[in-house]
This record gives sequence, C-alpha cells and structure tokens, in this order.
Amino acid sequence: MSTPEVSTRDVAPEDQVHPGDPVTVDRYTAGARINHWITATCLVLLALSGLALFHPSLFFLTVLFGGGQTTRMIHPWIGVVLFFSFFGLFFRFWRLNLWQRSDTVWMEELPAVLNNRDDEHPELVEIGKYNAGQKVVFWGMSLLIIVLISSGLVIWDQYFSQYTTVEQKRLAVLIHSLTAIVIICVWIVHVYAAIWVRGTIPAMTRGRVTGGWAWRHHRKWLRELVSGRPKDENKTATPAE
Amino acid sequence: MALFEFELPNPNTENPQVGLTEADLVQRSASSVPPPARRLTPVAKLIDVSKCIGCKACQAACMEWNDVRPPVGTFEGSYDNPADLTPEMFTLMRFTEWVNPQTQNLEWLIRKDGCMHCEDPGCLKACPAPGAIVQYSNGIVDFVHENCIGCAYCVKGCPFNIPRISQVDHKAYKCTLCSDRVAVGQGPACAKACPTHAITFGTKEEMTKHAEGRIKDLKSRGYENAGLYDPPGVGGTHVMYVLHHADQPQIYAGLPKDPKISAIVQLWKGASKYAGLAAMAAFAGIGFLHYLVKGPNRVTSADERAARQLTEGGGS
Repeated sequence: MSTPEVSTRDVAPEDQVHPGDPVTVDRYTAGARINHWITATCLVLLALSGLALFHPSLFFLTVLFGGGQTTRMIHPWIGVVLFFSFFGLFFRFWRLNLWQRSDTVWMEELPAVLNNRDDEHPELVEIGKYNAGQKVVFWGMSLLIIVLISSGLVIWDQYFSQYTTVEQKRLAVLIHSLTAIVIICVWIVHVYAAIWVRGTIPAMTRGRVTGGWAWRHHRKWLRELVSGRPKDENKTATPAE
Repeated sequence: MALFEFELPNPNTENPQVGLTEADLVQRSASSVPPPARRLTPVAKLIDVSKCIGCKACQAACMEWNDVRPPVGTFEGSYDNPADLTPEMFTLMRFTEWVNPQTQNLEWLIRKDGCMHCEDPGCLKACPAPGAIVQYSNGIVDFVHENCIGCAYCVKGCPFNIPRISQVDHKAYKCTLCSDRVAVGQGPACAKACPTHAITFGTKEEMTKHAEGRIKDLKSRGYENAGLYDPPGVGGTHVMYVLHHADQPQIYAGLPKDPKISAIVQLWKGASKYAGLAAMAAFAGIGFLHYLVKGPNRVTSADERAARQLTEGGGS
C-alpha cells in the first residue's frame, strides 16, 4: 500500500478545486486542451492518410486528402506537426506520469477496474492525477511517436532519399507500418477509456471535471488539491514571514 | 555454322490488332484483375554482354524514343554516363574493370542496366496505388504514371534498384521495355539501335534458344562459366543477360547473384497487412463488447457527496 504522505505531490500547479454543488475541479488549462486537440487532429489525419497507403482496400481514403499524390505529400508534414505538438504535451504531463509503486498495484488489480468495481478497492481509487492505464498510454504514445518520426524520415523520399540505402528504407517502412498499427491500437484504448469512464471527456473539452469524478477515480489527486487549497489566512501570507 | 549470328528475324508485324490493353493485364498493383481471355506470347530482351562494345547507342535510342533528356552531368571517374539511372535515363551502360584471377587479364565488363521485367515484380507487390504498376501477359511490367503517387514503395520492392522518382512530377520512372513499340509488333528502341546485336528481342523461347547458341560459342572460346542470367528467385525475367562469367554475376557492376523480393518487403506487404487490420479491428471490437457487457463506469451521487464533504472539510 502506498501512503500519500511519502510520495510526491500528484497535482499540477494549475489544477484547482472549486467547492460548490457539485464540486468542480480544474484539470486542464486552455493551453493544454488546445495542445491536446491539435495533436489529436494530427493523429486522426495521420491514421487516415497512412492507412490509405497501408492496405489497398483503404486506398479510397486518399480522396479525403485530394488524391494519392497529395496524400503522399501531406502525410509526413502532418507527422512533423504532430511531433512538435506532442512534444508540448510531453513536457506538460511527463512529471505526473512517472511510474510509482502504486501503479504496479493498480495494474495487478486491472480486472477489477475492467469490471467497474474499482470503487471497492482502496488501492484503485487513491490515485494521483493519472492512473497506471493513463500512464501506459502516455509513455506508449511517447515512445511510438519517436519511432514513427525516425522511421518516417527515412522513408520521406522527397527530401531524404539520398541519405539511406534501399535496405534501410525497407526496414524503416516495415517498422513504420507496424508501429503505426500499435499506436492506432493505443489510440483506440485511449478513446474508449474516455467514453467508458463517464465524466472524463469534459476534462479535455471544458477543462474541468466534477468532484465526484475526481473522488471516484483520482482520490489522491483530489485530496492533495483540497489540502493544498489556499486558505483565507494564507492569502496574506508571504514567504518572508 | 556462323560464328557471329547478327540477325534475328524481325518481330511479327502481321497482326495489326496486336496491342497491350487492360484486357491483357495479369497483375495490377493494389487491385485484382480478371484472368485475361487471351494470353500473349511471353517476350524477352536478351542482352549479350560479351558482344557489347559500350557505344551507348542503346542509351541514345532510349532517350530518343522516350523523349527524355537527362541534364548534362559531371565526370564521375568512370565511363558511366550519367553516373546512375535517373528519372530521365531508363537504361545505363555500367562499366567495370575486372582482373580475371585465373588469366590475370584485365576484362572490361560492360552491362546495360535497367528494368529486368521480373515475372514476379517486387515493385508491383510493394505499390499501394491501384493500377500504378501493371504486368501484361507477355511479361512486360509497366508504370502507369497517371496512377502513380510518388511514394517510392516500388524502390523498396525492387530487388535490382531500378525505379527512380522524378523530383519534377513526383512519379516513378523506369524502362518500359518499349511497351508502346511492342504493342504494335516492334522491338525496343535499344535493341533496334544496337550496332553489334548485343541486344536482341523476341519471344522468351526464341531468346532462350538464341542464348544457348551464344553460350555454346563462348564456352568453345574458353569462357567455361558462360551462361544465361534468368534468375529464378523472381520467377525469371523478361530481360536476360548472356554473361561470360555467369557463375559470378556480381562482378558486372553488382548484378545480384540470386535476386529475390526482400523478406522484409514480403512481411510488410504480406502478413503485416492482414495482422495490422485484424489487430485494429480486435481492439475496437473488444472495446465495443466490453461496453455491451460491463457498461459505462458512472460517477454516483455518493461520489459527489463525498467530494463535497471533503472540500468543505478541507476548506474550512
């Protein structure tokens, strides 16, 4: 059992709890949300244009991008935008996604989570801002995007064809397609989890969740927000005191 | 018995209806074609390396017929001109100075490089654009530029490193085996121009037979390893070489000894294509089933109440 007292604080500086009925909790700033949705749009466009060139039965998807030539031309550029956009997300979120011992416990109790019985297990609710599943998605995406951009540059024929041998390009195109499949599967998990765990989507649309959602899924995060909430007497306090 | 067999019969021009149409396709990239009603006789170009004098008339004829003009290049230290195949140069004489270890003779090996028109074309296998690469029942593998998207997957598929992507129109180019000439019963421009008849063209059967005579002649003159290059790893080719050292084709500017479609390409265009779609469908399907069976994970009013108590307790 992890004890909240010994671990580092599991809140981001901008997260805030607002008392009321219901309680609301700020989870993502406008900047983080815009950053997220730019990345999300890029990922969807990359999946569509990439799948169009991956399997003949999906070649029709090229019409969404103005034909085969433009699909081939635009796909790598969207990849570059995604890389830098995800870079922004990475630096916003990486610290709170560091793996803790409690995450291993959460993973061991995954069947209870999938059975919607997480609230019956204290180790599954005393969770910081991110649970182990969210952390796996975060680190999975980070790693896969690095592999995708590296292998993608090797097969970006228009600008980089002269820097690698044909054999290296063959390997790169295989790695790129296999990695793309994995990241699409990770993306499916990510989207499904947001639909399945009700109350999650407003975190990324309006930037806030209800107190009940935080209590149910990220109780440690909520507790730390509440205990760290500036009290009236602290408002006048200065570090010099 | 003629030692130098210069003349082959001209290709059949008696049937004016001969033409390569959609109905003659046996393979079409990223799509399927119905089996053709008629089967054209397989054709082949035979390049007899031992008869080549390196005059580059074939290159000039190729440029002329295909109306391409590679830009004037720079001297790269060899007779190769241009230094490599380009989107405007579909065929290239590659010169190799080779010292025969048995005789200590310097042998000047000249190989006319270009598309081999594989029976099992790796370019076509790799191509993601429907109909951008086609194979006719006579064996010619052709690029259909209006369907080409310039992805360069054909470059990865080709075991001979032949296709080149134009930086002007972003489409792939290579030797067509003069499919437009063959369609009307003519031989390729390079074969027509070759002054020593090192390049001949006809049915694959005729060319194989012609090669046998040439190989016999070479063997009688001391080239005991003379032979025909028609690599079985790609199902045979419709451009074949007579080599005086057929046991070591790689001395001819890196002609591969046993070319095959790369195992990586086979995996990429084979198992991973189906496994990939299956994996994505499985993930989506499992999600859907989970929702049907387990339903959403909802926040209860008790959760909201607990949160209110916590915040009120902690805030005061």
